[in-house]
Amino acid sequence: MTTNIKYTFKDFASDQDVRWCPGCDDYVILRSIQKALPEVGRKKEDIVFISGIGCSSRFPYYMDNYGMHSIHGRAAAIATGTKLANPDLSVWVTSGDGDSMAIGGNHFIHALRRNINLNYILFNNEIYGLTKGQFSPTSLLGQKTKSSPYGNAQTPFNPGELAIGAQGKFFARAAGNDAKLQVELYKEADKHRGTALVEILQNCVIFNDGAYSNISDKNVKADAQLVVEHGKPMIFGKEKNKGIVLNGMKLKVVSIGENGVKESDILVHDAHEPDPSLHLALINMKEPVVMGLIRAVKDKTLIDREIEITEYAKKISPIKSFEELLFSGETYEIG
Amino acid sequence: MSTEALQKNRQDLDHVVIRFVGDSGDGMQLTGTQFSTSAALLGNDIATFPNYPSEIRAPQGSLYGVSGFQVNIGATEINTPGDDLDLLVAMNPAALKMNIKDLKPGQMILVDSDAFSRTNLQKAKYESNPLEDGSLSNYNVVAVSMTKLTREALKDTGLDSKSMSRSKNMFALGMLYWLYSKDPKHTEAFLQKKFKNKPQIVDANMKALKAGYYFADTLELMPTHFVINAAKKEKGTYRIIMGNQATAWGLMAAAQKSGLELFLGSYPITPATDILHELVKWRHLNVTTFQAEDEIAGISSSIGASFAGKLAATSTSGPGLALKGEALGLAVMLEIPLVVVNVQRGGPSTGMPTKTEQADLMQAMYGRNGESPLIIIAAKSPADSYDMAFMAAKLSLEHMTPVILLTDGYIGNGSEPWRIKKLDEMPEITHRRVTEFQENFHPYVRDEKTLARPWAIPGTPGLEHVIGGLEKDKVDGHVSQDPINHEEMVKLRADKVRKVKEYIPALETEFDQEGDLLVVGWGGTYGSLKTTVRKYKEQNPDAKVGLAHFSYINPLPHGVTDTFSKYKHIIVPELNAGQFADLLRMTYPQFKYNKYDKIQGLPIGSEELIKEFNKILKAK
Repeated sequence: MTTNIKYTFKDFASDQDVRWCPGCDDYVILRSIQKALPEVGRKKEDIVFISGIGCSSRFPYYMDNYGMHSIHGRAAAIATGTKLANPDLSVWVTSGDGDSMAIGGNHFIHALRRNINLNYILFNNEIYGLTKGQFSPTSLLGQKTKSSPYGNAQTPFNPGELAIGAQGKFFARAAGNDAKLQVELYKEADKHRGTALVEILQNCVIFNDGAYSNISDKNVKADAQLVVEHGKPMIFGKEKNKGIVLNGMKLKVVSIGENGVKESDILVHDAHEPDPSLHLALINMKEPVVMGLIRAVKDKTLIDREIEITEYAKKISPIKSFEELLFSGETYEIG
Repeated sequence: MSTEALQKNRQDLDHVVIRFVGDSGDGMQLTGTQFSTSAALLGNDIATFPNYPSEIRAPQGSLYGVSGFQVNIGATEINTPGDDLDLLVAMNPAALKMNIKDLKPGQMILVDSDAFSRTNLQKAKYESNPLEDGSLSNYNVVAVSMTKLTREALKDTGLDSKSMSRSKNMFALGMLYWLYSKDPKHTEAFLQKKFKNKPQIVDANMKALKAGYYFADTLELMPTHFVINAAKKEKGTYRIIMGNQATAWGLMAAAQKSGLELFLGSYPITPATDILHELVKWRHLNVTTFQAEDEIAGISSSIGASFAGKLAATSTSGPGLALKGEALGLAVMLEIPLVVVNVQRGGPSTGMPTKTEQADLMQAMYGRNGESPLIIIAAKSPADSYDMAFMAAKLSLEHMTPVILLTDGYIGNGSEPWRIKKLDEMPEITHRRVTEFQENFHPYVRDEKTLARPWAIPGTPGLEHVIGGLEKDKVDGHVSQDPINHEEMVKLRADKVRKVKEYIPALETEFDQEGDLLVVGWGGTYGSLKTTVRKYKEQNPDAKVGLAHFSYINPLPHGVTDTFSKYKHIIVPELNAGQFADLLRMTYPQFKYNKYDKIQGLPIGSEELIKEFNKILKAK
């Protein structure tokens, strides 16, 4: 339900002390959400945050909305029930890489597949933080952690790639320290009808500090990140002179003005294209890492389809009430 | 059909137990359902139980492809589908072989002799034809060339011979209608409705039905026919209902009565899936069903729906309850309403999925981490599942706690007549939803009497709050790891469940209210126990035997000590290794409990239990 009430970010902050480690990107995520929500125009009582277990899952306590801090990996399944029960609610899942892709992997892919109009914020810090430093499903090969002291042997997931494989229709990504982009993406996620996955490359200052420093540090980010926008050419770099072209089946970084490359040669981003091929290539690119709204494809949501089927059942079923059901079919009298 | 045919050589029967068996494709479920429905419509009491193989389409004629349907039809009250058979209808050698052991000596076997070919005999691992080698001399074998006679009757229909043979189950059914003096008109009406766009099939089946009926009338091998008069039952409108269907309807009734919408999150599992199948049909009657990706998502989605204000339920069987354990603990901790239906089956692990057992009692009691008590109740018969599903929802909504409803494969798949209970006959449900703004709202401030907390749901302005699996402060509900507060909260949650005792009926005793032996049961064994006690008292008119059957397991109802004190002996028959007896011993250690445990995937039979009664009562 929309509202004309003018909220500020303070209206979304609970009275609880925030207990994340000082310097954690989680603070940026929290503040960005609290900034985005006054702009989406929903009543605060219609907003629900559901989380599992992990650092990210403390999130609902810090929001002044309805919330549930549930059990490890199950937030997506619980949120699915909440959304199905009341489609008017804006339901947000806050989860981490372990919560979503290890113990909760099954619920994660099915939430995407079903396109159930959840907003899913994935705090990806490539480590287990709350259990104090084990490798996660997104930890790098060779990464040294408490449970992989000689290096991690398990191939990581790329969450966006997994999302595409799971029929995901919305995928966006932002650096954990990029509040401005995050605010925009949270608003986009809320606006999108369907499961909207926003991956945040979140730095864990204690157990995996610097995991993204070569991407998000101030001095490198302009060259290390490409922030895509729908309808705009994929240009990046400190000098705004680098761009992406398609070279055969692959994406290639070129410099505008060199070797005859013109700005008009640069690929224009189409987030709405249903064919995920190019989105997947963007998701998998390492240099630069692609940020922003990579994919936002319109499709029916699970609830749209459920409503259609219910309407159909209403039309064709000869039984119109519970009372009629009780006495339907074969009955007989005694006495 | 001629009424004249129905007049000759009548013999009155109190009840009769018939089992129809054949290949999965022989239409035995349909035949059995038709016969029992006709009997019920004519006023008999009935109880039925289907017996499917776990293989979906086992090879034709094989021993593991035998499918069966048992019905107990009575002129008096019927509580079970019956133990030993009075009539076995076997459509092939494999079916005969798998079922002959359950037929009482001297009773009738009706077989299709055409199916006793060398190939079929081999498939059934018979070395010689039992119809010819004298091995069935203890029985009254009526071998009828059903396949040939059916084909003969249908020769003008234009069907090919394979299609004609398919109607042989109707031929058998026709014979049965004659034998038990039942009018086949219900089946005729059924066929016309079911195949209304296939007049050729209607014609063929009607011809086969009539041919069977008239064949029996003229057959010298069946000189008598039997009459089972109408049973005396409470006045009202009846229907035949299956246990799982009754469970689904009970949940729907509770939703209607409480003014809430129903949500079922579930994952397919034998023998509980029919609850999902039933509810999914009524989505236009304020029922939301969600077939989840796994058992955990089944319960989790229900927890999410309950948080949003629905009457939420999840249905499963033993292995699924194990998977749901952690989420069920969350529901205990959140203190939200949730109904978990466990249609028990043989365990452990995958166990015997299509067979019945009561071995999940302790799992229901203790199958979660930490101190996490919840309400446990059990249905005692297919029709009782309606009332108990309703009660599960009522208690859950009024006391803000999850409730486990235990049924089992035997009553879930069994069916019996049910006097239709409209909503105005059901008790009121007062749920604890808060819809108005309250100053200083705290989600864990409790009702003084029940200790239930309020249920404020998302969308309600000003009552925003967060609930979770972490321990919380007993007043403001915020996360608290304070040691004293934790102990208090553990005790509060336990007390809340304990206080439910004041809101459930006291224990009742049937038959003798004091005396020599008290039979104590719970859940799906009710029919077996009642039948056995009745039989025992007929055989031993001086014996004072009572039956106390528990529908409420946690908390136990009032009246246990009083009741147990009135008998010299107590026996607790169960389909497990004595779980309820152990629970009673823990709670009421002053009594001596004789156990009778059966763990064979089968219900308890009267004869075996009567032996146990005698051991206790006649031991010197």
